[in-house]
Amino acid sequence: MAKRSFLIPGVDKRLLIKDSIKVMPDIARRRFIAGGASLGALTLLAGCDVIDSSSADNLLAKVSKFNDAVQDFIFNPDALAPTFPESAITKPFPFNAYYDLDDAPEVDGDNWKLEVRGLVDNKKSWTLPELTKLPQFTQVTRHICVEGWSAIGSWTGTPLRDFLKLIGADTRAKYVWFQCADKDGYNSPLDMRTALHPQTQMTFKYANETLPRAYGFPMKIRVPTKLGFKNPKYVVSMEVTNEYKGGYWEDQGYNSFSGS
Amino acid sequence: MSSLTVTDDQIATPAKVIQPAWVRVMHWTNAVAMILMIMSGWQIYNASPLFDFRFSHDITLGGWLGGALLWHFAAMWLLMINGLAYLVTGFATGRFRKKLLPITPSGVLHDVRAALTFKLGHDDLSVYNYVQRTLYAGIILVGVLIVLSGLSMWKPVQLHWLVTLFGDYPTARYIHFFCMAAICAFLVIHVLLALLVPKSLRAMIIGR
Repeated sequence: MAKRSFLIPGVDKRLLIKDSIKVMPDIARRRFIAGGASLGALTLLAGCDVIDSSSADNLLAKVSKFNDAVQDFIFNPDALAPTFPESAITKPFPFNAYYDLDDAPEVDGDNWKLEVRGLVDNKKSWTLPELTKLPQFTQVTRHICVEGWSAIGSWTGTPLRDFLKLIGADTRAKYVWFQCADKDGYNSPLDMRTALHPQTQMTFKYANETLPRAYGFPMKIRVPTKLGFKNPKYVVSMEVTNEYKGGYWEDQGYNSFSGS
Repeated sequence: MSSLTVTDDQIATPAKVIQPAWVRVMHWTNAVAMILMIMSGWQIYNASPLFDFRFSHDITLGGWLGGALLWHFAAMWLLMINGLAYLVTGFATGRFRKKLLPITPSGVLHDVRAALTFKLGHDDLSVYNYVQRTLYAGIILVGVLIVLSGLSMWKPVQLHWLVTLFGDYPTARYIHFFCMAAICAFLVIHVLLALLVPKSLRAMIIGR
């Protein structure tokens, strides 16, 4: 039986896909990458053109959900990420994003406000001076990227759990969902137990200096028990919610718990 | 006469089972799991290479980092559960002790010399020579090491004691990579030797 092929002979499949991604609107592109990501893989595995790869993707998505549950189960809220002496700090601490530093959000600290939404008693917005008046602590921890590299940095700020208590957040809710000033509206959900972890921090300073633009001025959420992409930068709002609202990378296929 | 009756012939010459069913099932399950782990691992490596090279996209699995991670963290269950079952059964049945021990330096030296001069016999497949024993015992250790270094990269906070055992996080990452390289080297030799002695391959498929 002749194999049907939807692909144009002589055209590099990957380049074709790359080109089509470019012209897609952002949401469609994300879904496309997330959904079609393993098509090539399965083709290779089966040694033939796979026309319907959805069963493999479904299975992988199910295992990923299972892995989320396992990680949540083995997460010990009292286990602390290792801390390091100042001498261990990685210099320079890398700038890392899916865009260049020139394209990083330039937030005006004077007009910036942190919006607080969802299941909280006090929904008032917070200015930067108001936030930086709260008690702050410094921790030197290792940032681990989903790509595998890691770097040690010094972060100063207020424990998120103290702030959640202050605003009367319902800590029985499932998530704290962060939105950022990035042009794509970067966002990421944090499970409540991790949000309440003693080292999870609203960070305003790096190496005892005002948080530079590269690391997320004016506020980054530093989560030493999660991979780097779950450490949102340029945060503009947080929402306490029971609803899973997805996230920039989570929607594309990164495991949502991604806890270390 | 019922078809269940055993003939004299069958009693007289029972074919010797060289590879019991559990060994065969676990061996091939492991082969699939390892290949999935290695190919998706190469794609993950490419996201932030440790050395001055990347793996060709044609031999990686997952399409991009996120896809590769999904494969890696799915196949890891297959590898870990199968590997654990293999270790437990291997020790419990005494197969490791019977098949892999003893390993003496003089025996290894003798068999390596014999292998390099193509004088190493494979007449009795049920007895492993010293080269085989060393390679098989070695690869089991590497398998344990790659899982442990992998776990310490997956959960460096929850399993910080394991990370400490390896030194630190970046060291665990290098160990994970070198274990992969060792497994790939083993795979090449292993497959080559199996092809040179086809009856060993047959035994690993049908048991005899």
